[in-house]
Amino acid sequence: MIPAGFEYHRPGDIASAIGILQQHGDEARVIAGGHSLIPMMKLRMAEMGHLVDLQAIDELKGIEVGADTVSLGAMVTQHELITHDGLASAIPLIREAALQIADPQVRYMGTVGGNVANGDPGNDMPGLMQCLNATFDLSGPDGNRSVAARDFYEAAYFTARDDEEILTRISIPVPGAGVGQAYEKQKRKIGDYATAAAAVMVGNGQASVAMTNLADTPIWSDAASAALAAGNVDACVAAMLDAIDPVEDNRGPVEFKKHVAAVMLRRAIARAQSRAS
Amino acid sequence: MSKMHVKLTVNGKQVEGLAEPRTLLIHFLREDLKITGPHIGCETSHCGACTVDIDGKSVKSCTTFVAQVNGADVTTVEGLTNDDGSLGVLQEMFREHHGLQCGFCTPGMITRAHRLLQENPNPSEEDIRFGMAGNLCRCTGYQNIVKAISASADMLNAQNQPSSREAVGQTKVEAAE
Repeated sequence: MIPAGFEYHRPGDIASAIGILQQHGDEARVIAGGHSLIPMMKLRMAEMGHLVDLQAIDELKGIEVGADTVSLGAMVTQHELITHDGLASAIPLIREAALQIADPQVRYMGTVGGNVANGDPGNDMPGLMQCLNATFDLSGPDGNRSVAARDFYEAAYFTARDDEEILTRISIPVPGAGVGQAYEKQKRKIGDYATAAAAVMVGNGQASVAMTNLADTPIWSDAASAALAAGNVDACVAAMLDAIDPVEDNRGPVEFKKHVAAVMLRRAIARAQSRAS
Repeated sequence: MSKMHVKLTVNGKQVEGLAEPRTLLIHFLREDLKITGPHIGCETSHCGACTVDIDGKSVKSCTTFVAQVNGADVTTVEGLTNDDGSLGVLQEMFREHHGLQCGFCTPGMITRAHRLLQENPNPSEEDIRFGMAGNLCRCTGYQNIVKAISASADMLNAQNQPSSREAVGQTKVEAAE
């Protein structure tokens, strides 16, 4: 399986990368870890004349853990998310979810930026970032802007990011002390995408609930979150089942997916509640 | 598409070549450099037979363009032998514990296990199974692979403790000296 040919670029800063995207328009595409894009290219489902590798851009790297906010560079790998002690203390939910993504080799290469920017409904980080109320920083020809994770996803592989923009960093508010967090994922085997996955935060009278791979975008539900904040688990699950829109595929029929969604959500809620104080 | 000049270190040696950017690392290793330890199994990022070590990371070389690793330090299973060419500890333990039958997955298994033990010198069985989850074997059922990696950890740890050198892994220590 050989992809179609392309010219390779490895710019050293964001401005140069954007310049290449501007110059080549929709003939150019950025590559981060490549573990979503390269398989697509091998299947000839993605072709581009110019591939812009972001690996040499230092501005896209690094994990910064502040008192109120965590900043993740788009090129931070899943492996780095898992092995960063400060991040695991500040927002343990991220490590818990990252450990359930793909397999070790893929996690060394796969990046958080690629995972959230690709717009694949199967990816775990978009739902997680919606649960955490993260903000995505974008840089483009017209400057910088930020888009809330909860507003970013439009349809499968369609997001608020313009073609000539690069997702540079992710900002995440650090949940207050006493907030319990949990990520539950049902998958057919290690490395698989979720049949259903739930990200839950609960505590201090607040809650946030998002689910993965049960619609053509991640689903964060205001109604489900409000119900859980009020302590009503049944109403939370009912509201989420109302919000999701799974389709039948090789992971099962719609009824099964809704069943699994409810099981995952209840497990995540129970575990998050057990961790709240 | 024009070819690009590629320069990388493979198993400690500087290598150079011309390759199209779309060339996958596994093809560059096997066809250009004739380094045939890493295997092409599924070619879809699942099986791990093509695993190599790139700058301290276990990577599936079927899902990596050679352009991406231009300038990188790559280690394959061939680079995990002892300096005198004899089998390295992991290779020896896979043999001793029957950690293979057909052997197709073995180069990827050993290369991945090498990095796993670098990061976690004292893995539990669960650590090993979780850490090896990106490598599939269709023969052995994994039990002996786990045993081989566990035994390698014990041997490497013993080698690193001078006081117990004579008790465990004596032949390996002699070979290393």
